[in-house]
Amino acid sequence: MSAADTSKIALEVKELHAFYGKSHILQGVNLKVNEGEIVALLGRNGAGRSTTVKAIMGMVDNTGEVIWRGKNILGMKAYEIAHLGLGYVPESRDIFPKLTVHQNLMLGEKGGKKPNRWSFEDMYKMFPRLRERQHTEAGVLSGGEQQMLTLCRTLMGDPDLIMIDEPTEGLAPAIVQLVAEYLMELKRRGISVVLVEQKLAIALQISDRVYVMGDRRIVFEGTPAELKADANIRKEWLEV
Amino acid sequence: MSVLNGVSYGLLLFMLSAGLTLIFSMMGVLNFAHASFYMLGAYFAYQVSEWTNYWVAFVVAPILVAVMGGLFERYVLRKTHKSGHVAELLVTFGLSFVILELVQLIWGRSAVDYKVPAALDGSLFKLFNSSFPEYRAFMMLVAVGMLVSLFLMLKKTRIGLVIQAALTHPETTEALGHNVPRVFAMVFAGGCALAGLAGVIGGNAFITEPGMAQAVGAIIFVVVVVGGMGSLAGALIASVLIGLMQTFAVGLDWSFLGGLSALGIDVTPDTFGYPVWKLKLSQIGPILPYLLLVVMLVVRPKGIMGTRDD
Repeated sequence: MSAADTSKIALEVKELHAFYGKSHILQGVNLKVNEGEIVALLGRNGAGRSTTVKAIMGMVDNTGEVIWRGKNILGMKAYEIAHLGLGYVPESRDIFPKLTVHQNLMLGEKGGKKPNRWSFEDMYKMFPRLRERQHTEAGVLSGGEQQMLTLCRTLMGDPDLIMIDEPTEGLAPAIVQLVAEYLMELKRRGISVVLVEQKLAIALQISDRVYVMGDRRIVFEGTPAELKADANIRKEWLEV
Repeated sequence: MSVLNGVSYGLLLFMLSAGLTLIFSMMGVLNFAHASFYMLGAYFAYQVSEWTNYWVAFVVAPILVAVMGGLFERYVLRKTHKSGHVAELLVTFGLSFVILELVQLIWGRSAVDYKVPAALDGSLFKLFNSSFPEYRAFMMLVAVGMLVSLFLMLKKTRIGLVIQAALTHPETTEALGHNVPRVFAMVFAGGCALAGLAGVIGGNAFITEPGMAQAVGAIIFVVVVVGGMGSLAGALIASVLIGLMQTFAVGLDWSFLGGLSALGIDVTPDTFGYPVWKLKLSQIGPILPYLLLVVMLVVRPKGIMGTRDD
């Protein structure tokens, strides 16, 4: 499969508001992701990045518009959204700890009739560590291995757009590099990526475009080069 | 003999608590009406076997109970879910009273004549002059059969895998594209079917009356807590343990009095605390499960096989 037509809009989010109980977590988020593009969503903790991807996935109460390939999917159930081709890799390496690595991957499959572009073999080739540990309970894997597992598990569902929440948090540099290669592989296969990150380095290295979130809304939109040039934005919304 | 009786009663408790513990760990709600579904199973079986025969009832009654459970989950419990666990708890609590009143309205306040089928109403074998009823053996067979099929379903099928995943991580499981609400309804209906089946085989072994739900309801909560919330293996161990404990206690006349006199201490009606010392084990039998519950909560709050730390 070749890279997708990156001038076509895959996902468009308009005036997205989200709520946890009575608290107003997102206050009008607007963003776009083109086909086959890697878009980074940057910002400090609590800026609303995780909630944005969860709201797109239908996992929190929300209002506004989420348009996926021309269709408003806001208000649909998470499993229905998943079947439309959106994938979500949760933060905190939310694996199924009592199941084996292989069973975790099986749960990524949706069991539809559509042919899957990914096989177990592809996953094990990409991360040989997972093959070695395929019959191990996922709960005893190291943090890095669990991260690889969540990335592969969602991929087994054959998404056309994948949203990944903080994949490199707490990982050793060598594994961060593995994750970066995984993301580039997705791009080569024409899959759009929304990458929630705190590490500027990896985000600037692989992203096509960057959004910065602060105070529960988008405060910057541009290319990695433009963000590098804008010291004020970095200072106000990113640097700790 | 007591061992066999205890085990068969324990297995019956397990059929009830299996559903309860699965529903709890999945939805985080303790279903107060669970034992009511057990009672419904017994009454439906009675009614259907009056119209046709026991074997038809054996199949039809659990299905009826499952359908009712499924409808309740879909149209009541799921709507209540948004309002939090307290509301869910209250609505199942309310349901238990509704079922109780309906049962009394339809079948009356006294016990109905739900009998063991003639084909199984014999003695299987005799041991030390007491006989073991065929029907008890049948109960054990059904319970073990259910245990094995439940295990195979959970461990060997794809839907079992999804259930296991949704038990601990419902949100993540749904985001992967699995229809978790439907899985919840299925587990709820399945748990009710098990309770109904327990009613079918327990109602005629013991007694089918409006008080039966309450009688067993408290015990299965003890089983679930002692076994560890959400653990099937724990529920099995706790069920058999409590089954044995209750059966043995009824059959034993031991008391502190006997124990103390064996130690050479004379206890007379004048001794301090005599009413306590003269209590026989058979008299305190019914409270033993609750004592176990209290001890368990103090010593190991997460239960025998529980994994929850909170």
